[in-house]
Amino acid sequence: MPRTPITISENIEYLSILDEEGRLDAELEPDISGEMLLRLYRAMLLGRRFDERLLDLQRQGRIGTFPPIKGQEASQLGAVAHLRPGDWLVPSFRETAAEVWRGRSLSSVIIGNNGFSEGAVIPLDHNDLPVSVPVGSQVLHAVGLGWAARYRRKDDIAMTFFGDGATSEGDFHEGMNFAGVFQAPVVFVCQNNQWAISTSFAGQTHSATIAQKAVAYGMPGIRVDGNDILAVYAAAGEAVDRARAGGGPTLIECLTYRVMMHTTADDPKRYRTDAEVEIWRQRDPLPRFGKYLLDKGVASGEEQNDLEAEVLQEIQDAVDHAEKQMRTMGNPLDMFNHVYAELPPHLAAQREELARELAEAGKEVQS
Amino acid sequence: MTKMTMVQALNLALRQEMAKDDGVIVLGEDVGRDGGVFRVTDGLIDQFGEQRVVDTPLAESAIVGMSIGMAAYGLKPVCEIQFSGFSYQNFHQIENHAARLRWRSQGRYPMSLVLRAPYGGGVRALEHHSESREAYWAHTPGLKMVIPSGPRNARALLVSAIRDPDPVIFYEAKALYRAFREEVPDEEETLPLGRPQLVREGKDVTMISYGAMMRPVMEAAEVLRERQGVEAEVIDLLTISPLDEEILVRSVKKTGRAVVVHEAPRSFGPGAEIVSRLMEKAFFFLQAPIERVTGFDIVIPPFAREKSYIPGLERIVAAAGRTLNY
Repeated sequence: MPRTPITISENIEYLSILDEEGRLDAELEPDISGEMLLRLYRAMLLGRRFDERLLDLQRQGRIGTFPPIKGQEASQLGAVAHLRPGDWLVPSFRETAAEVWRGRSLSSVIIGNNGFSEGAVIPLDHNDLPVSVPVGSQVLHAVGLGWAARYRRKDDIAMTFFGDGATSEGDFHEGMNFAGVFQAPVVFVCQNNQWAISTSFAGQTHSATIAQKAVAYGMPGIRVDGNDILAVYAAAGEAVDRARAGGGPTLIECLTYRVMMHTTADDPKRYRTDAEVEIWRQRDPLPRFGKYLLDKGVASGEEQNDLEAEVLQEIQDAVDHAEKQMRTMGNPLDMFNHVYAELPPHLAAQREELARELAEAGKEVQS
Repeated sequence: MTKMTMVQALNLALRQEMAKDDGVIVLGEDVGRDGGVFRVTDGLIDQFGEQRVVDTPLAESAIVGMSIGMAAYGLKPVCEIQFSGFSYQNFHQIENHAARLRWRSQGRYPMSLVLRAPYGGGVRALEHHSESREAYWAHTPGLKMVIPSGPRNARALLVSAIRDPDPVIFYEAKALYRAFREEVPDEEETLPLGRPQLVREGKDVTMISYGAMMRPVMEAAEVLRERQGVEAEVIDLLTISPLDEEILVRSVKKTGRAVVVHEAPRSFGPGAEIVSRLMEKAFFFLQAPIERVTGFDIVIPPFAREKSYIPGLERIVAAAGRTLNY
């Protein structure tokens, strides 16, 4: 027959477990220990309060431009919660909560946002890549990492994060294709926060979902309520287990919303309405999860308030620590560190040139 | 010692390094079953299997991006981009990540990877298959840019590139792949990266070049001696970047004259940097303006006209003559 349907095996599902009213689908509720639930809640709270503090610091001129994560904590934490220390987190630049979960110190975030490259340092007990700014480009690194782990017969996996804008980049498609072909143990997590600076989701793709793009690459894809940490946790758990067991890659689309600006240099009022933002503020993942813990008897209101005080103190300590540390980090000659394994002659000469210039200006530096 | 073409010598380097270190992985388009379109990776898949000689889908950015992930994991990927003219499609992965991940991660993730690609004209190829854009890579901090000029140094430099802790862009002149054979030692041989070689001693003029242009330059040196009794000193850069000018400066202080030859377009090309370094370090020794013999600042023309584009013997001899008669 000239026209016959081709059956494509993958189905795209939407998963929501704890909705914005706090109603729970008990059948789908993932089995998470009380301890883990508390850790996740604390991490969400820390991510939220830290983000708010960073915005204050930025407005006070105490850090540079940074990309707020507010509203996207569940999308990040529900996914990285499944990673083991030997796994690889391959972030873009809006995954601060995920990075902190993986052990990155709050003070290193502040130091990095103050223009010191020392802030990018990865905790030695975790295998993560530093923040990647060129949109979508990091997706491919996750494929190489996953491939390498399998080559070394390790069951480590790579989890990469990116936004809806990144799905227009060639690197996203190339990465999905390579991961499919090589059945690399990679979990692709798209935080579809619906805005790439001023370009809306509709302006980014004519597809109804990001998740359906998985079909073209022969891998499972799922869209989840990205503001529902239980849904993200459940979907990511399946994907991580599958990758670890040799079942190949998965694409998870977390439908969420960037309630703040793209970066502190951006003014979202130029391209979207307050009314739209308000709808998404009502879908905030944090109180939803707090109520769940309350209903479940995992953390009382008082315990949640104690956690609040605890994370605020932790943030204050980090700010103090970072500001103290940065007072010893001014040596401009350090900019020549780590360019090559060994400084080549022409760079040694340029470093010397700067050292002389600084000495002549009467600046004390160790050379 | 075995007489080998450059293709065979490169194959030997890969074969020996792969046998020695199971972290060395070859990947790219058609590098496995097909052995590479120029056969540089011929037979590797039979010896090392599909896990180590990986035929990838057709996507330059992904080949390099995946290599970056592999390098971050601690493997030593040697990826092939089928023609350097297609490497612009992976430019951002090299510029944004390969060249910077060591720095960005404060030394945590060294990028020990090699990108091999055939470059240059002279083989009657199509558009995008004949260009010399080494200046792009030489301009990027954190990279090493290496171009051998014959079978023996190609083998030694590729071994060094694979073992190097930093990312290396390794350009192979297509025109040299099968142009001539050289004795290549069976046992291991390396050459340090970043160290130009004095390949012919002379006292009258210094000629500086690399890659495929070394052949006409050496020929020109011979012609200058025969025709005019001029003794040209010839330096083969081997590594374009980081450029170590010491040997160049020493030579020009002796001869007082220099000619820089490359196939790449002239403006902002490697010659511009070399001339600047000589001006900075040997100005008072110069007897004449330094000559550049290069490709023109145009796309290398399709093969009907490429001979007029690529610097040849007479153009080089004439430039040397201008510096000598200044």
